Order: sequence, then C-alpha cells, then structure tokens
Amino acid sequence: MGEIKRMDLEYSQLDSDRMRINVGPQHPSTHGVLRLEVEVDGEIVTEVVPHLGYLHRSFEKHCEKLNYQQIIPFIDRMDYISAMNNEWPYVMALEKMLDIKVPEKVEYIRVIVAELNRIANHQIAVATFGMDAGAFTPFLYYFRDREAIISILERLSGARLLYNYFRVGGMAADIYPGFKDDCLNVVKQVRKTNAEIMKLLIHNSIFIKRSANVGILTPEVAINYACSGPVLRGSGVAHDLRRDEPYSVYDRFDFEIPVGKGDVGVVGDCWNRNIVRVHEMEQSCRIIEQALAQMPETGDVKAMIPKRIKLPKGEVYMRTENPKGDLGFYIVSNGTDKPERMKARGTSFVNLSVIPEISKGYMFADLILILGSIDIVLGEVDR
Amino acid sequence: MFEYFKNIWSGFTTALHGMAITSSHIFAKSVTIQYPDEKLTLPSNARNRLQLEMSRCNACNSCAVACPVNCITVEGTRVSPDDPQQDVHWDGKPRKMWVTRYEIDFAKCCFCGLCQSACPTDAIKHTVEYEYSEYDRNKLLYKFQTLSPAEAEEKKRLLAEFRAKEKEKECSSTAGKAHEAKE
Amino acid sequence: MESTNFLWDLFGRNVWTVLAVISLPLLFVLVYALIAILAELKISAWIQERLGPMRTGPWGILQPVAEVIKLLQKEDITPDQSSKLLYNLAPFIIFTGAYAAFAVIPFSSAFVPAGIDVGLFYVFAIGSISAMGIVMGGWASNNKYSLMGAMRSISQLISYEIPAAMAILSVVVLTSSMNMQEISSMQSGGFWNWFIFGGPGGWSKLWVIPFTIGLTIIYFIASLAETNRVPFDIPEGESELVAGFHTEYSGMKFAMFFFAEYANMFVVSAILTTIFLGGWNSPFGDFLQGPWWGVFWFILKSFFIVLLQIWIRWTLPRFRVDQLMHVGWKVLLPLSFVCFVAISLFAMLN
Repeated sequence: MGEIKRMDLEYSQLDSDRMRINVGPQHPSTHGVLRLEVEVDGEIVTEVVPHLGYLHRSFEKHCEKLNYQQIIPFIDRMDYISAMNNEWPYVMALEKMLDIKVPEKVEYIRVIVAELNRIANHQIAVATFGMDAGAFTPFLYYFRDREAIISILERLSGARLLYNYFRVGGMAADIYPGFKDDCLNVVKQVRKTNAEIMKLLIHNSIFIKRSANVGILTPEVAINYACSGPVLRGSGVAHDLRRDEPYSVYDRFDFEIPVGKGDVGVVGDCWNRNIVRVHEMEQSCRIIEQALAQMPETGDVKAMIPKRIKLPKGEVYMRTENPKGDLGFYIVSNGTDKPERMKARGTSFVNLSVIPEISKGYMFADLILILGSIDIVLGEVDR
Repeated sequence: MFEYFKNIWSGFTTALHGMAITSSHIFAKSVTIQYPDEKLTLPSNARNRLQLEMSRCNACNSCAVACPVNCITVEGTRVSPDDPQQDVHWDGKPRKMWVTRYEIDFAKCCFCGLCQSACPTDAIKHTVEYEYSEYDRNKLLYKFQTLSPAEAEEKKRLLAEFRAKEKEKECSSTAGKAHEAKE
Repeated sequence: MESTNFLWDLFGRNVWTVLAVISLPLLFVLVYALIAILAELKISAWIQERLGPMRTGPWGILQPVAEVIKLLQKEDITPDQSSKLLYNLAPFIIFTGAYAAFAVIPFSSAFVPAGIDVGLFYVFAIGSISAMGIVMGGWASNNKYSLMGAMRSISQLISYEIPAAMAILSVVVLTSSMNMQEISSMQSGGFWNWFIFGGPGGWSKLWVIPFTIGLTIIYFIASLAETNRVPFDIPEGESELVAGFHTEYSGMKFAMFFFAEYANMFVVSAILTTIFLGGWNSPFGDFLQGPWWGVFWFILKSFFIVLLQIWIRWTLPRFRVDQLMHVGWKVLLPLSFVCFVAISLFAMLN
C-alpha cells in the first residue's frame, strides 16, 4: 500500500502484473503485529518490506524515568516468551557495575531457569514453525510439555510468563523443595516429545519438501546482518556466547553447540534453522542435568541484594545468549538511581532485518515459513 | 529414477509414521482442565490480586515508590495524641500513622511483585485470587482504606489542631524563655 | 433395468415421490455434515490430547448445531467493492455442485436417487462445478488473498481430476459399465470381490491386485486434493492466505462453503466406496446383506473414509503450490497410467 510502484512502459516488463499484498498486521502467521508489504509476481515474492512499530512501547525512553529495580518488569515484556533469559544480561550488567559477586547457588539457579526457559522458547518456535507449514498437532504436543516448564517457573517466581525473578545480586526467591525432581521430569518429557516430533514433523517428507532449500541464509550474509542465535547457527556458524564468552558458570558444563549441517537441504535453509532449535533443547536438557547435580545445597539467594541500587558514573554493556540470539543491554549511568540512557539490542529486531534479503525469489508460502524460521517476537522487535 | 521412487516411498512411509503417532495419542489421557469447573491450584507465592492488611500498614509509601507503573496511591497522616480513637498494629504496637487513602488501580497493575518486596511490614501481599474481572474499568480501582473521607478529614483536623496547640505551647514557652532571658 | 428406487416401487412415480427422492439426500447431507463437523472437532481434540467441545450438550455433541446457529445469526457482510451478483451466487453454486453429485450415489440396492447409466461420468462433470463457484467467490470478493486462493484452487482441481479419472476409468474397464448401481452389485459376495482386490474373478486376478490397491490410494490422494483437504488445502491455506477464497465470506454464506466442503468430502468418499470398496455390499458375503443393511454398510464405509481424511488432516503439513503440481502431474498421473495400462491388459486377456 502507500507508494505505487512505477514501471517503465516497456512491453517486456508488462508480461505479468505484479501484485502488492499486505501481510499483517492482522494475519494468522505474522507472529504478532508485524506488517509485511509483499510484492508478488504470481506466487513468486519479488520484494518484501517489513513495517514495524505496531507494538512500540518506547521501552528505552521509559527506562530513563524508572529506577534500576523497576526496569526489570519491563524487560520481561520485551521477549515475553523467554523472560528469564531477558532479565539475565541486564542484571549481570548492573552486577558488573556494582562489582557484586553473586553466590554460587544463585548462579546455578539462574542457569537452570534460563535453560528451562530456553526449552520453552524453542518449543514455541518449533511448534509455530510447524503450524506455519500446516501441521497443527505438534504445536499442541509442545504446548502440553511447555505447561510443565511454566508451572516450575511459576512455583519459583510466582508468575507464569513475566517472571520478574532476577534481582541484582540474587534471586527474588529460593528454590522450592522438589524442584530438582520437577526439573528432571521435565527433561525426561522434553526428550520423549522431541523424539516423537522428529518422526511426526521434522522428518516428514512433506515438511522437508516445504522447508529444505528455502530461504537460504549464507554464513556471510548472516554475519553481515549481525544475525545471532539459531538463525546464525543454522547457517553453520558455531557462535554461542555461552561457550565463546562464558558468563556465569557456563564454563563448568559440558555441552555442544548444534549447527546446521545440511543433512537435508543446504546449510542455512529453514529446515536447518529449525533443527538447530530441536538439538538445542537436548543440549539445554544436558546443562540442566549437570547444573542440578553441581548445585550447592545451601546458600542464601538474597544475601547480596543491595537495598538501594545506585550505579557509579560510567557505562556498561553486557550480553548473553538469549534463545533467539545475543541480547545485550547498554546502560549509561550518571551516578543516580536511574539510568541516563538505556539501549537494548533486541535479537528479534536484528534477525528480522534479514527477511528482505533471504525471501526474494521464493514463493509466497515460503515467505511465511522463512518468517517462522527466524522466530521473532514482536514485543522485542518493537520494544 | 531410483531417487524418484525413493521420494515417493519416503513420502508415503513418513506420512504413515506420522499417522501412527497421532493415532497413538487418541486414547491418551486428555490434558484439558475444564476451567470454571476444575481449577489449577496456584502456588502460594503466585502473584495475582494484591491484598492490603490494614493492621500492618503504616502508610510509609515505600510500595508506591517501588511501583513501576504508579498504580498505588498512599496518603497518611500522623496519629494525633489527642485523638480519642487510638489504634494498635497487629503486633500490639500503637499505630503512629492513619492511612487516610490507600488505592490500587488494578487496571494499571503489572503484577511484578516489587511492592511486596519493598514493604517493610509485609502489609501488601499478592494473593492467589485472580477472578476479579469487571465490565467497568473504574470498578478496578480498589480502595483499601478503612477510614471514610469524613473520618480522614477529622483525623487531619485533629492533627492540625494538635500541631497548632503544640506550636502555641512552644511559642509561649519560647516566649516565656525569652522573657526570662530578658529579665 | 430393474428398479433402483424403493419409493417408486411403493408409491409410483409422481410429484411427491420425486420431491421425497430429492429431499432424502438433502436431509442426509445436513445430518451427515453435522456429524462430520463434530467428528472433526472431536478427533482433532483426541489426537492432540484435548477434550474438544464439552459444554454444548452431553460431551459437546450439540456443538455443530450451535455453530450453525451462530453462523445463521452473524451479520452477512458483502465487501463494498465486490461484484455483488457473483459474490452472492458463488456459495450456492458450490453447494449445488456438491449436492447434485448425490443424485447418482447408490445408498442401497433399493435406493439411488437417479439410476442413470453414465453415473460416474455425471459425478465427474458435476464435481467440476464447485471449481467454478470457488473462482467466482474468489474473484468477486475483490480480495487479493481470495484471488490467489481461487487461482490455486483451479490449477489444483484440473491437475487432480486426471489421476482420479484414470482410477475410475480403470474400474470402468473392468466392469464395462458407468452405472454406479451396477458397479456396486457386481462386487457382491464378500470383500474379496471388491475392486480394491481386483473385483470378482478367478485366481488369475491375483497379479492385478497391487495395481487396484495402488489405484485406490491414488484416487484417495486425488480426492483429498479435490476437496481441498490437508495436505492439499493450499486454496484456503490458513497460514498464508488467511482463509483463501472464502476470506471475505461470513454468516450463512460461509456456512454454505462449510457445508459444501463436508458434502464434497462425503461425495468423494462415496465414490471411493462404490467403485473400490464394494458400495453397499456386506464384506462377509451374504451375511447382513440386504437393502437396509446396504445403507448401513455404505454409510459405514464412506464415513470411515471421511474419518481417514480427518485423521490425515491433523497429522500432515501442507504442500506448496509447485509441489502440489509436482505430485499431481509427475507422481500420481504416471503411476495411475501404469495401473490403468496393467488393468486394461488384464481385462483384455481375461
């Protein structure tokens, strides 16, 4: 809509009419209120222009009016599917500024809740990707399992989606008795369902035909567009901050970084981006098992929480491996209890920018799949 | 040619595999919870509607300060020693502040739990009560103060009177002192 | 030819019996569609470990009724820039196409609404009318999604009619008849005489059985495509085209599309039952055979095929347009040709 595409009146260019379609903001598979302006030649996509801002809440400006503790609930609402992972880099940035060394037990709780949330996020990502391809049933199998993860996090933090569980220097609450068993049950169930989904969806011939060789993102393009997370790893680049810049206690765990290997299709296509997430769930399960075994029994999770957070003058940038990629927070402090400037590097936003590049020349139905394989959350894109 | 038949065969068999999996779920136990009839038990720390325990609140305003969305409004006035009505806190200590206004707008509340952790006396707490939807947005403005507006005015007046009396006394005493000093 | 309609035997051929003959299938379609919608809701729920509708009536069995009432009450929206006549006509054409096919379906040995000799041919000709309705609806809506859905639908229908026609033609070669009632009666005497197992005949038919089974599968797959069911539901591909050709329709007109889809599902299942699964014949020879049991067996078999379609819908992802064409032209068509040639050879040698 809006601008009209001008075409030179040459007959060679008039062989077919191009049509501009508005996909979104109300569309079943734009994963929120994203609007894509698509130009199609029959079924072939010739141009994609994403339009953002339907969910803009001016998060960064808003933070300048809030004190450091009050910002955390708003960070939850960025990528609301993996709120635990969102809070972590922010809290770590503040701890870095304040020079707080958090207790060992807190580190392990953080690792476990973040990995649980990573599993929940990937479950939604894989499930909605399958739904974009038309398979509805895996979606509900994953949601059934996700419920178990959500209830663990609910018992820990008191909320089901927007946890506000991390505190600077500790956690809002200690783990409950029986937490370990719950986690192990979840791990068991996740593995069982994943094995089932592999047969039902991932290795289904139709699904492979739909998603393999579609939306190929070469490693060079991925790096040029600063993609991260499974989008980058699906292109075969083994970049994972948990291993490359080990924060917290991640250097103590034994885990692999799954990358797209091109078993089916080519490296960097939708199928490989998707399979990376399934394999990552397994790696998260491994990390959770190790963390549960290593976690110290005693320790006060609230011991190091400062009463009032007042940052020294300066600036800090901290990034962690979010389920969707690198999530970073850049905080400029002027010495008061409110940030002077706050900048969030939203993963979904950066990853979404690659859409126009990789969806040209594919079919209209592929565009939906490519969008699904990028795994965006509009709360983070628009902030 | 071989590839062609292999593709057909894999398409056929993977579809059958999928159908076997879906059919194996038909007789599995359903996970649906029929909400109004059966309900999930929420953990005791679940963050739902806020509840204020008036016998603990001393109108210190820390919850209103901690709230990121400014949904809590607290006003208090000191208890005048002359007040005929004296109240005690839950632990038997005498009340020092009357809570003349304590309002929470649940239309604004984001259920972050920061007021709960900021409260020094554990007066404000999240409960497990979540079924309180209203058709009228204004009905979500909960007033927790136990004093009526008239009573609140009365308390304020009493305090002002007491203050004025104090000041008078102070003035007279200082005036007296000054007088003595002069002499 | 013997009479194929018990109503005419009983009351003679007059206006009232003709009306009764016309309205019986309509009644059947309405009742069947409600049951099929309920089956769709419940089976999808059970597959996904849900309960499905539970509030309307005991175990939610009145849910389809509630949905129809809801659709009747909804506002009937006609888009401003649409072509009004075509837009309003399309749902009726689609439903007419689906309903007209019931004319030749042999429900029992004693009841077929119109026992014409070119029944199979008629079904095919009438089945294409629904394509016309889809294009009319899609084009007249003046919606880009609808237009794309309609375009996809046409190409899909044309490509999949051919393998389906090949499958039916093979049976015609074996029976040398296009009368569906005759084809049904030929398959009497137990399931071994059904055309999925090569039809009646001696042991020499053994080598043709793989081909007839193959044709049954080919026809089934093609019928999925003809009725726009998953994995071939790209004309209404929910995730990309919102609702395809019926995006703009609401209220009763949408309900017509809905009914037509389920009626079409039954038509293709009935044809499959008639030509491959013995129609109204009992699978156990003379056991439970007869005009009334015939209705039972026919509906049971057809409904089983409908359930199969529902089951597939909740299992498989959907194809893309070009892959759909690939499957239609490069897989199903050559395979159906091979089967057709093999069966013709068998018919010649016999």
